[in-house]
Amino acid sequence: MSGFNRLNLLLFAAIAVLIATAPWSAAAAGVFNPETFTLKNGLKVVVISNHRSPVVKHMLWYRIGAADDPPGKSGIAHLLEHLMFKGTKTMAAGAFSKVIARNGGRENAFTGHDTTGYHQTVAVDRLELMMKHEADRMVNLVITDKEVEAERNVVIEERRARTENRPSALLSEQAQAALYLNHPYRIPVIGWKHEIEGLQKQDILDFYRSHYTPANAILIVAGDITAKQLRPLAEKYYGVIPSRKVQRRQRRQEPPQRADRRVTMKSKRVREPRWARDYLAPSRASGATQHSHPLEVLEEILSGGATSRLYRSLVVENKIAISAGAYYDVDSLDLGTFGLYGQPRKGTSIEKFEAAMDAELAKLFKDGVSADEVRRAKKRLKAAAIFARDSLSRGARAIGNALTTGQTIGDVENWPERIGAVTVAQVNAAARAVLHDKRSVTSLLLPKRKGPKSKGPKSKGKAR
Amino acid sequence: MTLKQLSPKRSRHGGCRHSIASVVILVVAAVLLWPATPAGAISIQRVVSEKGIEAWLVEDHNVPLMTMRFAFRGGSALDPKGKEGLANMTSSLLDEGAGKLDSMAFQQRLEDNSISINFGASLDNFRGTLRTLTETRAMAFDLLRLAMTRPRFDPEPVERIRSQILSGLARAAERPRHIARRTWMRAVFPDHPYRRPADGTPESIARIKAGDMAGFVKDRLGRDKLVIGVVGDISAKQLAPLLDKTFGPLPAKAKSNHVPEATPAVAGDVFVIKRDIPQSVVLFGHGGIKRDDPDYYATYIMNHILGGSTLNSRLGNEVREKRGLAYSVYSYLSTMDHAGLIMGGVATANESVAKSIEIIRKEWGRMRSGKVSKQELSDAKTYLTGSFFTRLNSTRRISRLLLGMQLEHLGIDYISRRNRLIDGVTAADIRRVAQRLLDPAKLTFIVIGTPKGVKPTREPPPKS
Repeated sequence: MSGFNRLNLLLFAAIAVLIATAPWSAAAAGVFNPETFTLKNGLKVVVISNHRSPVVKHMLWYRIGAADDPPGKSGIAHLLEHLMFKGTKTMAAGAFSKVIARNGGRENAFTGHDTTGYHQTVAVDRLELMMKHEADRMVNLVITDKEVEAERNVVIEERRARTENRPSALLSEQAQAALYLNHPYRIPVIGWKHEIEGLQKQDILDFYRSHYTPANAILIVAGDITAKQLRPLAEKYYGVIPSRKVQRRQRRQEPPQRADRRVTMKSKRVREPRWARDYLAPSRASGATQHSHPLEVLEEILSGGATSRLYRSLVVENKIAISAGAYYDVDSLDLGTFGLYGQPRKGTSIEKFEAAMDAELAKLFKDGVSADEVRRAKKRLKAAAIFARDSLSRGARAIGNALTTGQTIGDVENWPERIGAVTVAQVNAAARAVLHDKRSVTSLLLPKRKGPKSKGPKSKGKAR
Repeated sequence: MTLKQLSPKRSRHGGCRHSIASVVILVVAAVLLWPATPAGAISIQRVVSEKGIEAWLVEDHNVPLMTMRFAFRGGSALDPKGKEGLANMTSSLLDEGAGKLDSMAFQQRLEDNSISINFGASLDNFRGTLRTLTETRAMAFDLLRLAMTRPRFDPEPVERIRSQILSGLARAAERPRHIARRTWMRAVFPDHPYRRPADGTPESIARIKAGDMAGFVKDRLGRDKLVIGVVGDISAKQLAPLLDKTFGPLPAKAKSNHVPEATPAVAGDVFVIKRDIPQSVVLFGHGGIKRDDPDYYATYIMNHILGGSTLNSRLGNEVREKRGLAYSVYSYLSTMDHAGLIMGGVATANESVAKSIEIIRKEWGRMRSGKVSKQELSDAKTYLTGSFFTRLNSTRRISRLLLGMQLEHLGIDYISRRNRLIDGVTAADIRRVAQRLLDPAKLTFIVIGTPKGVKPTREPPPKS
């Protein structure tokens, strides 16, 4: 391997002088090897140098999300995210987006339950411009009633597109509301329609003013830049914003869960039945966190490809399913979710599918996972950490997610090591501790027959 | 933080509580002009093996991995009548057992070494991707060779994949966007192979036998149809012998084949397919140009101004920003080997469909008869030229460009020419192509939903 980045050198001869060494030498133990510093006003800054091309991704993350929406005002964090593309005291509505586009940049934003983020990808010589305007809209947002009204409609159309037009998404929403009895994760990020309709300019500005402040934000810049180069710019644009106190996020927590729940949706629009079960699970930051790495290994054993347990057993060997798998949402500030899902093969009832899934779980509890399964899963996960470095944004997203969900950079950087240390006993203990029916919701998405009467034998064995 | 959600195989039944991107930025392709950089560009090496197999290579030794993309010209438009979906089904079975390795053994070899091999068919091409860490490179190429030259098509995986495709067809038929797309192709290409579904139909999929797929491999995967793009931690010297080993055993020539040119049949119709959903999904368009048309760049810029980016385009501004009628509205150029289209889409409440169609027709007419302002033109150019390089930041993306450049016959020096082609477009060029191509009277709409106040002009085209 040559010591310089050939792509850059040849690609951008003019700036090749910046390229000294490959950013990730073999000696580096971490994954993304970020540098960090904190400004006096509390803004945390993370720099992930990647000199592959003279490009940077500039991301501003806020430790605020839909789970922090005031009661009865769901959707406010997300609607605010939309309105952040309007004007400021010095910029007309939409002007920042135009500036970005004129400078060859791309932008977007996102809202989750725990986090809200804004990002642009630009040539490194345009970074300063992005910082100037992103800092501006942290404190100087101006919105009008008319803009709020139009954007509410946009969001309602977004909700129709994402959720109301899709039976599967409507069912997921119901399942989520059933899984969390008390915690605001039970409310969809985009909000309930009737509450979105009631959101007013003042609600939004109050939310903005109390949460959009340096000490509640994290600036992440990934790409062709170092912390030394970034610091003066960060101080110039973000450092001048007055500091304000941030309230600690305190959401209502889950009571003990004592009964398994089931939600069923029958829809004329559904042709193929689907099955899912979600369990309330610890996340990296909340609950019995010692299970979080073992649960990631368990997810990989159950679901990591065609030779994984569930696919091999239900789809290949028993031929009763089209798909079967598991997922684990570890990046939550509060309790996360471990889920199982699948779709029965034609001619197999959903009851039979569920029984087969339950049999797999029973086998898992009784016999546990094997040493070989754990070894193979860990090897694949560690390789995934190398593949993750093949993109400009991956490290920024991983670190942003971690820092807005109660984790540290160490949690990201030491991830391969911690996965490597997981034992068979830990995986088995995690499975037995977490996958309890009484902390679960099983959801069934079923076709609705059109006629009132059954057609008899033809539909036999097919769940309706 | 988790790094393992790299493989996008998760398919639960619907949205969970992750992020919601608020800005859908749809851009079809892009071009470059690197600001403040000489016309030099990515250094692409033409690698020719001893046996004469050519690949374009960009070396990048940042991370110890590589991505290779390759394609054989000729896609699902060549599927035999009655066996629609053959190319697609074959693409799903090539990695399901080859040589002495049965399906599970083959998959295990891939998974244990974090090697990924994927095939896929579009209307015009049959494509493949290989991704591997450097340490498993030799094995990765060997498995790929086996997949292409000695696929087994054993009964178990054939029936399993068949059931998955059938289920996929049923699920696709639940989705308004898919229904719109299928209807569109039937309406616009009534007598051309492009009208037929690339994924097949339940009837055609039931007919496809292992022998058909073996025949496909023998007849279609010829080296005369092959293009290859490689990016990552590999040198030309290392790549050349692997090309011979991997692609050398393929037949020198594919069986001759022919797809006729297609003229889109559009007459300004409005088709409505009733579905009981709160939001109508609308697809619209008419004839456009092919990629090799001398007016391509002018048309590309014109489209960008018209509907190329949700927030800044004319459609985005009129439909979304000003009136809040939709979350997403866009237009794009669809350039196929044998036809060109200019297309667009919008999703809006049933009550707003008529209004949205009216605005879209009006904007179509305004672009045709009016002028683009200096600002619009220069904004489009700086965006399209500048954003090009910012995208080229992973081996996946750069390899996609290498493949596209070859498939479209753009030349190995394309990247260094592209700036000038974009910058050379004048307002008069745009006016000329707008008058040549855009015709509000021919603009054809497909509406899926229960639109209010929209009168269909014709019955939708029949399915077979």
